[in-house]
Amino acid sequence: MGLRVLAVDDSKTMRDMVGFTLRNAGHEVLEAGDGQEALDKLGNDRVDLIITDVNMPRMDGIELIKELRSNNVHKTTPILVLTTESDTAKKNEGRAAGATGWIVKPFSPEKLLQVVAKVCP
Amino acid sequence: MPQDFDLDQFKSTYFEECHDLLAAAEEYLGILQNEMNDVDVETLHAIFRCVHSIKGGAGTFNYTDLVSFSHVFEALLDKLRDRKIKLTPELVKTLYSANDVLVTLVQMAQDDEVVDPAIWEQTAKDLEAFVQETPPVVEKKSTAFAGYNKTEQEEEEQGWGLFIDEKDDLAPEIDLAVTLQPKPIPEPEPEPQEDSAASAVEEAVETDQSEETEIRPSEVGIAHYRIQFIPDSHLLRFANEPLLLSRELATLGQCYAYPDISKLPSLDEIKADEAYLSWIFELVSDCKLADIEEVFEFVIDDCDLKIDKIQAGTKPESENKDIVADQSASSPLKLAAPTSLEVADEKTPTVKKEAPKSESASASSSHKVSSIRVDLDRVDKLVNMVGELVISQAMLMQQAENLPNNVGETMSQGFENLSAHTRHLQESVMAIRMQPVKSVFARMPRLVRELSARLKKKVDLITSGEMTEVDKTVIEQLMDPITHMIRNSLDHGVESVEERIAAGKPERAKIQLNAEHRSGRIQIEVIDDGYGIDRKRVLEKAIAKGIVDKDDNLRDDEIDDLIFVPGFSTAKEVSNISGRGVGMDVVRRNIINLGGRISVFSSPGKGTRFLLSLPLTLAVLDGMIVQCGEEKYIIPLTSIIENIYPQPEELKKLGSGATLISVRGEYIRLVNLHRLFNIKGAVTDPVEGLVVIVETERYGLVGILVDELLGQQQVVIKSLEENYDPIAGVSAATILGNGKVALILDTDGLAQMEHGNSRRNFNELSKQVLLTGEQTNDVE
Repeated sequence: MGLRVLAVDDSKTMRDMVGFTLRNAGHEVLEAGDGQEALDKLGNDRVDLIITDVNMPRMDGIELIKELRSNNVHKTTPILVLTTESDTAKKNEGRAAGATGWIVKPFSPEKLLQVVAKVCP
Repeated sequence: MPQDFDLDQFKSTYFEECHDLLAAAEEYLGILQNEMNDVDVETLHAIFRCVHSIKGGAGTFNYTDLVSFSHVFEALLDKLRDRKIKLTPELVKTLYSANDVLVTLVQMAQDDEVVDPAIWEQTAKDLEAFVQETPPVVEKKSTAFAGYNKTEQEEEEQGWGLFIDEKDDLAPEIDLAVTLQPKPIPEPEPEPQEDSAASAVEEAVETDQSEETEIRPSEVGIAHYRIQFIPDSHLLRFANEPLLLSRELATLGQCYAYPDISKLPSLDEIKADEAYLSWIFELVSDCKLADIEEVFEFVIDDCDLKIDKIQAGTKPESENKDIVADQSASSPLKLAAPTSLEVADEKTPTVKKEAPKSESASASSSHKVSSIRVDLDRVDKLVNMVGELVISQAMLMQQAENLPNNVGETMSQGFENLSAHTRHLQESVMAIRMQPVKSVFARMPRLVRELSARLKKKVDLITSGEMTEVDKTVIEQLMDPITHMIRNSLDHGVESVEERIAAGKPERAKIQLNAEHRSGRIQIEVIDDGYGIDRKRVLEKAIAKGIVDKDDNLRDDEIDDLIFVPGFSTAKEVSNISGRGVGMDVVRRNIINLGGRISVFSSPGKGTRFLLSLPLTLAVLDGMIVQCGEEKYIIPLTSIIENIYPQPEELKKLGSGATLISVRGEYIRLVNLHRLFNIKGAVTDPVEGLVVIVETERYGLVGILVDELLGQQQVVIKSLEENYDPIAGVSAATILGNGKVALILDTDGLAQMEHGNSRRNFNELSKQVLLTGEQTNDVE
């Protein structure tokens, strides 16, 4: 299907893994190390999906989601939050901010693709 | 772990990253120490992030010790940055040593060394001790800490150290949440909504336990779930998409979706990002309840979701609903699911997770959704009621015509709608009873096979149009006539092999059985390629039996028709196959009773064709109401070709008394309705009246003389036989808008009467059984 995905994570390991998995599945993956970089990279360009970590320097995932949701271009873009299972509070915070869903870390490539399919047509 | 996904390629990145993070953490710890009394929260965040990232990667690569330790470390840092723990010199010291342990663990992981938990457990306990000083979180965190052994850790942290694609990892949480009230409520608690929260808890716990014990054994099997999914209006706002959810659901098994569009506003009120639709999904699947829940994972708080497992004896969910609503507002929900997602905000929609993960054997008898069996009586009742409705509607419309113009005008639109809706309703109801004629046709091959073997004839049966649909009552009535016609064709129609060879025909005879829809009727043909009717012999026999007179001078088609005459049989000897001379006349009578017609066309030496025409339904008919004298009659619309006002020069009187009308150069016989039915006060001169040209099966076009046309109307057919007797020229009766009975004319019958009459001359007419106005009312 070839989606255009933005992966936001301060951990390069995570970015690599998300990127690798999605690129293998035929998607285009942009990367950003934190929320601010993500916003700068995106500008008003539309992507099909944004996958973001929560804990990041400069601008965290929650803030990023709020920013994206207040922008008409990204208002309806599916956003997935990368979170750890214990982060129930973060999950809820993410949802309150406007995330579409979440992926629990650590995740398998299959799981990632499955969740992506769940929010992207 | 999936084989095709080599994690090792990411390890070097990870360790590189770890070293950076650990160095950064150490640096931040230095800052902490210096600013003990005025710590920048960002510093705490930064340290937290370092440990958090290390933990995240460790989970990915399955370094369990690293995960366990960094988790405890991270938990403390989390409290610290939330200012729930006060920063003390001892704490900073512990943080330093924790960081050292982390460095060691990372190094060991990188070197693939086996870790002795002893090297980190003491430090972990030290960290934990700090966390325990904070009352509100003591319980939870101590549990977490106590749980270093793997089972507990898995339960609390759910699949750390491994990819979390195994569904089972999610199971504990969901099971707990689900066992709230899965059991179809037993006898107690007639008014659950009145109960206090406390008893609700009890109820929940009870159910929980009983479920637990009784379910476990049978986990496998196909179950039928009913999933009610009512999105909150804001569900779409965060890019969740019901379509994708339903698609995902459909991957679990056989899934039917029933949308509810009742909340859909008019087009101009629709907001693009609001959800208006809701669904009920019927899912037949062997999946676990958790799998279904997972589909709705992201929207669970933004919708009203109810998953019922349907099985025999399950009470409707409404009884459980109230309890759940109570619970969701109070503690039991949390009790049941300590790590649950349902952190209530004040606007929490009631999340209802119904039904069991029990997969009892009875569940596999999931019921079908595609069709239901309904007692025919009920359908008939419905058909009847709709029929009455049609009549009432017609009556209303007729009465409205008498209203003053200004009132009538405003009502006419309403009546038009009513009329359209009634019609749709009627069609829908009729459609319930429609069935393909296949069920009848399917029995014929065997009949042909057996009969042809017995008769030592070689016959191929070719059928077409099996899927043509007719009313079920018509189907039932078709069986006998078709069987009879096929038998007749086999017995009398087709020749023996020797005869066929002698006649230069193919050895194997051919019988065709066709069905098709034609102008609102079903037409069934039985065609054989046999002798054709032996007219000479038929005529001889008919004369011998006194059915016709020697001098009658019958036309070919009239001779052919003799086979339908009661008591006529052409078989040289009575065979036990096609009966004893009651055959075709019985067939004809039955068919006429159904409002149908049967005719025969034969060409000597080539074959015979029986044509059976029946209404699609026996319940309604589109008719033209005509006036004749005082009487109103219905002429079936399907047979009407046109209406003409004849000019004097277009009329021709024949010696036999018959009148012909010239219509565009073609002569059409006139049927004098008033004469046939002896109606007084009717128009007798065609020039003053109206001639309705109708098509008949056997007599071609004939013109029925009536006074005038009154209008077109759908009429409900009321059988005459049930209340009276069969009447020549009349197929049935109906009730008009004014409540009066009107007879439905059988055009073929009329044409035949007219033919017979003209042959016997007018004088005989009065001896016929005629219908008068009084008799009509008797029917009523």
